[in-house]
Amino acid sequence: MGKTLYEKVWEAHEVRRLKNGQSQLFIDLHLLHEVTSPQAFGMLKDLGLRVRYPHRTFATVDHIVPTHDRTEPFQDPLAQSMLEALRQNTKEHGVTFFDLGSGNQGIVHVIGPQLGLTQPGMTIACGDSHTSTHGAFGAVAFGIGTSQVRDVLATQTLAARKLKVRRINIEGKLAPGVYAKDVILHIIRHLGVKGGLGYAYEYGGSTVEAMDMESRMTLCNMSIEGGARIGYVNPDETTFAYLEGRPYSPKGAEWEEAKRRWRAVASDPDATYDDVVTFRAEEIPPTVTWGINPGQALPIDGRIPLLEELPPEERPLAEEALAYMGFRPGQPIKGVPIQVAFIGSCTNARLSDLREVARHLKGHKVKRGVRALVVPGSEWVARKAEEEGIAEVFREAGFEWRNPGCSMCLAMNPDRLQGDELAASSSNRNYKGRMGSPKGRTVLMSPLMVAAAAVTGEIADAREVFGIGR
Amino acid sequence: MLEKFTVIRGRVVPLRGEDIDTDRIIPARFMKVLTFEGLGKYLFYDERFDEKGEPKPHPLNDPRYQGASILLVEAGFGSGSSREHAPQAIKRAGFRAIIGESFAEIFFGNATAIGLPCVTLAPEDLAVLFQAVEQDPDLEVEVDLVNKEVRFGSRTAPLSIPEEAREALVEGLWDPIGELLQAGELLDQFDRRLPYPRRSE
Repeated sequence: MGKTLYEKVWEAHEVRRLKNGQSQLFIDLHLLHEVTSPQAFGMLKDLGLRVRYPHRTFATVDHIVPTHDRTEPFQDPLAQSMLEALRQNTKEHGVTFFDLGSGNQGIVHVIGPQLGLTQPGMTIACGDSHTSTHGAFGAVAFGIGTSQVRDVLATQTLAARKLKVRRINIEGKLAPGVYAKDVILHIIRHLGVKGGLGYAYEYGGSTVEAMDMESRMTLCNMSIEGGARIGYVNPDETTFAYLEGRPYSPKGAEWEEAKRRWRAVASDPDATYDDVVTFRAEEIPPTVTWGINPGQALPIDGRIPLLEELPPEERPLAEEALAYMGFRPGQPIKGVPIQVAFIGSCTNARLSDLREVARHLKGHKVKRGVRALVVPGSEWVARKAEEEGIAEVFREAGFEWRNPGCSMCLAMNPDRLQGDELAASSSNRNYKGRMGSPKGRTVLMSPLMVAAAAVTGEIADAREVFGIGR
Repeated sequence: MLEKFTVIRGRVVPLRGEDIDTDRIIPARFMKVLTFEGLGKYLFYDERFDEKGEPKPHPLNDPRYQGASILLVEAGFGSGSSREHAPQAIKRAGFRAIIGESFAEIFFGNATAIGLPCVTLAPEDLAVLFQAVEQDPDLEVEVDLVNKEVRFGSRTAPLSIPEEAREALVEGLWDPIGELLQAGELLDQFDRRLPYPRRSE
């Protein structure tokens, strides 16, 4: 009987069964950043342990990095001390660290793929829930807590329990102006933010097969928002073409051997799944959120739901969302004024995202009174965007062109909303207070939709603003 | 030796709301710390305090619930970010167990790994428990991990918790690092066999 990629990877990495029935799982690649690792290094020290396989661990700094002025010491001494702790810990343990100015610093989930660290068939862990991003390459990648970061540092393994696998088919061709971000918001809207509990999501079907790698990363990135800790796409020629020639990709004879191995790890055609769901690409509209979790979403042409239209169990949260967002039931989402436009985050700050926006943004201006930021996902993305003239398009339009980091997505640096400002954002979470102000409001959407909102000063349909598909 | 959790007894703070995410449990700006010490005071900070730091109405600020050691929540608790800071803040604020309808996976794993049991009740039992503690904040509740039940007043409700987590907590083996280290030489075999990213100059 056929096996899924998830089962194959699991079996190849199961060191042994633990007494409690969990598996001890070997982790091929461990990614670190400054927020969830210092306590783990502290625990390691208390236990008198070392990083067991430093060649499997890579670190960068992203969450706390100021995106405006990176001169050290940072204005925020707490941020500076976190950076220094990571420098010290990686140096002491012989771990590769992509520091500020190294040319490779950036959001951990952007630099892993970009450097070719992320490869098919790997198990990848990082103390960050959006580790699911790396599943785009056919890796089994998931977020862990700090105690587990310690476990991986000390043993390169962790205790884990096998998940069920849900195959999510997306079939057909996406309409112009509809992107991977719309696909994943649509999926979460329909399956719910708890729908993926206990599952790994395998994305497939003709729509996914036609997606480039960066779109697949966006799709897998937000699996966690659907309650699934893991999301992945089977590796194929698109995957191999992306990886070829990257700094850490296999080379020469090893490259051919790696491709053979990677092909074999894909789910078998007769693999069985615990659940199968199918979506039609043509039915996916540009999608935006209206509430306080990513599942509270609707088509850009839609109206905010009336309470009586919702299942009874969803009403309390909807009421809470309406009160927090200041929206009326039945109100169209289109036309809601915004104060901030943010293009960035591990979901949508890759070169292809910026290219696509710049292509349409050229010749447009950010509406007066809107604060618009674009924060590239990595130093490499920033450099390429400068070279290609993309940065200049953004600047001319009135966007602030920033240095790479997580920025406003979770506001651990100075980039944050003020008061109850409403942000159109390409990030992944619209939780209460997520963007740094306890009253701040977030509407999630694709990067191009953020640009449309920046230009019009309100939630808008990018297809209308930029004349797409008409 | 790690603590063994057999029966946890205490008063309860009822915290209503579905899909309470870890950003709400502890906002990101309080994570600029190198250790978990002192995180308890930031638990649900933005829901408990206004911009001036003045307390707002919230169950955790309610004098009737002071000193409670069990947190009562609804479905989807702990969704979102993988930050262990969230269960650490709950534990460091004095809570010894969480009762709810369902928990996000990473949150559940993080909580178990630091010895903070998360148990679930059937929705109808949970509703009765919410009502009971809201009526009587002094109600003593027992979370019995050995007999797999929650007891309060004259009632007994069956609790669920994944068996491996339950055993680990009851036997005081909830911190797995010792067992993981026992794999010893086996780890080196895996390291030799499995490819890793290598820069070939």
